[in-house]
Amino acid sequence: MEPVLQIQGLKTRFATKRGMLTAVDGVSLHVDQGETLGIVGESGCGKSVTALSILQLLPKPLAHIAEGKILFNGQDLVKAKESVIRDIRGNQISMIFQEPMTSLNPVFTVGYQIMEPLKQHRGMKKAQARQEAVQLLELVGIPEPTARIDDYPHQLSGGMRQRVMIAMALACHPAVMIADEPTTALDVTIQAQILELMKKLQQEIGMAILLITHDLGVVAETCHRVMVMYAGKIVESADVGELFTRPAHPYTKGLFDSLPKRGHIGALPTIPGAVPSLLHLPPGCAFQDRCTYADKQCSQVPPWQEVHAKHGVRCWHPLEEGI
Amino acid sequence: MTLGYISRRLFHLVLIMFGVSVLVFLMLRMIPGDPAQLLLGEFANPEELESLRAQLGLNQSLLTQYWIYLRNIIQGDLGNSLRSNAPVAGEIWVRLIATLELSLAAMFIATVVGVAAGVLSAVKQRSFLDYASMFLALVGVSMPIFWLGLMLIYLFSVKYPILPMMGRITLGLEVPEMTGLMVVDSLLAGNGQAFLSAVKHLLLPSFTLATIPMAIVARITRSSMLEVMSKDYVRTARAKGMAESVVVLRHALRNAFLPVVTVLGLNLGLLLGGAVLTETIFSWPGLGRYVVDSLAGRDYAAVQGCILVFAALMAAINLAVDLMYVFLDPRLRVDE
Ligand SMILES: Nc1ncnc2c1ncn2[C@@H]1O[C@H](COP(=O)(O)OP(=O)(O)OP(=O)(O)O)[C@@H](O)[C@H]1O
Ligand SMILES: [Mg+2]
Repeated sequence: MEPVLQIQGLKTRFATKRGMLTAVDGVSLHVDQGETLGIVGESGCGKSVTALSILQLLPKPLAHIAEGKILFNGQDLVKAKESVIRDIRGNQISMIFQEPMTSLNPVFTVGYQIMEPLKQHRGMKKAQARQEAVQLLELVGIPEPTARIDDYPHQLSGGMRQRVMIAMALACHPAVMIADEPTTALDVTIQAQILELMKKLQQEIGMAILLITHDLGVVAETCHRVMVMYAGKIVESADVGELFTRPAHPYTKGLFDSLPKRGHIGALPTIPGAVPSLLHLPPGCAFQDRCTYADKQCSQVPPWQEVHAKHGVRCWHPLEEGI
Repeated sequence: MTLGYISRRLFHLVLIMFGVSVLVFLMLRMIPGDPAQLLLGEFANPEELESLRAQLGLNQSLLTQYWIYLRNIIQGDLGNSLRSNAPVAGEIWVRLIATLELSLAAMFIATVVGVAAGVLSAVKQRSFLDYASMFLALVGVSMPIFWLGLMLIYLFSVKYPILPMMGRITLGLEVPEMTGLMVVDSLLAGNGQAFLSAVKHLLLPSFTLATIPMAIVARITRSSMLEVMSKDYVRTARAKGMAESVVVLRHALRNAFLPVVTVLGLNLGLLLGGAVLTETIFSWPGLGRYVVDSLAGRDYAAVQGCILVFAALMAAINLAVDLMYVFLDPRLRVDE
């Protein structure tokens, strides 16, 4: 079966004051129908830029897609006209953002904001859209939806606002939902509720989810497959179970080691050093300066290799042992 | 929108007006000399003086005098004009409407042109259009109104005589008064010719008065739009598949408009000051010119009346700005 969404060799560049930087450097991935693909990585590794590239929501004129293809149902979105993209946005591919506090427009009611895509993409009239919006609010578990629909965002809590964002994203039954750190700004119990909700809705609607996070716990709970990103590149990709039992990239292993474990007492190990500036990347592997396994070979660009079935890694010295 | 808030603000307005009335009352009493003499001028005859003294209660305590004064202004009696001997209240009313017509037209031009220029500049940031309109805005704020008015008269009334340079309507085209707003009255009368003439008369003075606020609005709108356009909710609107025009004009502008309203509110004094100058240049029979003439003629009753009306106007407009703010920003609506 064809994947719903497929990215091939995507390079997204920023023209900053201090020079051109490549925030996304040759990323390829695919998401199948009904599947959840996780993208994990430290802050600044290019997760959001990858997500924004898909729907061409990059900050203009600062950023542009330099190379690559983004195929949605076989159509290349990079080459598509603005009007075509606009018909896809919020309709066939929708997006949820990290900050529920600032992602909703403060001067419009939540009902109005949910009704907008319904009117735009599904050609609904006002009364009909309103009815549908109430149902959507109910679907995402907002109590008293007929009363809440006329509330303004500031009248709702962070968790409720994120539910509204999800309702908005679901409005047109999209084939793909991109969720960029949907729970990072929320506290733990709300976080679990929102993830649970997304899982439930995915099963009902059968959409594909691209879930961006820096939290491996979130990945373990929700994703089928996961890709690890570092300095703009995918460094490892595997099914969740596989990745969690035998991470092959030293960076991935470092991420796991810094997770709290049951019965663990004392300071957690951290990955030494910091993410290198995208403007001054070392030649070869970007992780070499922080890697305990690094040697001379690592200043050459590491190849992508399959260490196990459906388990790829970009490293000269992939780890053999499991955890 | 809460009624409690509005009634609280109306109460403040009454308090302010009370304070202003005390100041205006004291003004006349503090000037050395006999208030009756000041009000009636140096050529008043003794009987008139005596009757006004009795009427103002000048031989009674200051408190009683104030009480008499307050009762009079509440009944709409602001005294008689020294120059025309007619009631000041009536004279002010007619001119107030004329000023209102001029200011409303100016505000309309300033808002429409200023917002349009600001939005375009922000959307096409760093384009020729952006630089050109921001340069014009800079020229606009620093332009002396007097000079601009005279240049416009020279250009459009003298060199290319297409627009009238004074008055509100061509003589002989007057229409029956209903609202006092010439443009509206001529429309109500169904008189196209009169309407055209009223609009033509309004064009130069309202543009002159609009220049500074227009420039301010353009600059604030631009910077406010630039800020709002990078907000998360604007990205959300795009991500929903909204057309760019909807994103800019509905999602961004609604938010960007808040600071514009504030700045306009803060600059009202400037606008009213500009109205005085503009009315003088274009012989517009409004309140501004009335004040200037009254001052020159030492017409104390008229000046006192004008100060009261200006204060009431400022307070009312400030209230309107605040209410507008609450209307535009739901976060300011107090939940009850
Ligand atoms: N507006 C911008 N201007 C300049 N550079 C940017 C901008 N946005 C992103 N970048 C560059 O792109 C890189 C990737 O940013 P991105 O937002 O995708 O990171 P992220 O992985 O989503 O991180 P986070 O976990 O903090 O959200 C950044 O390191 C930065 O160098
Ligand atoms: Mg991000």
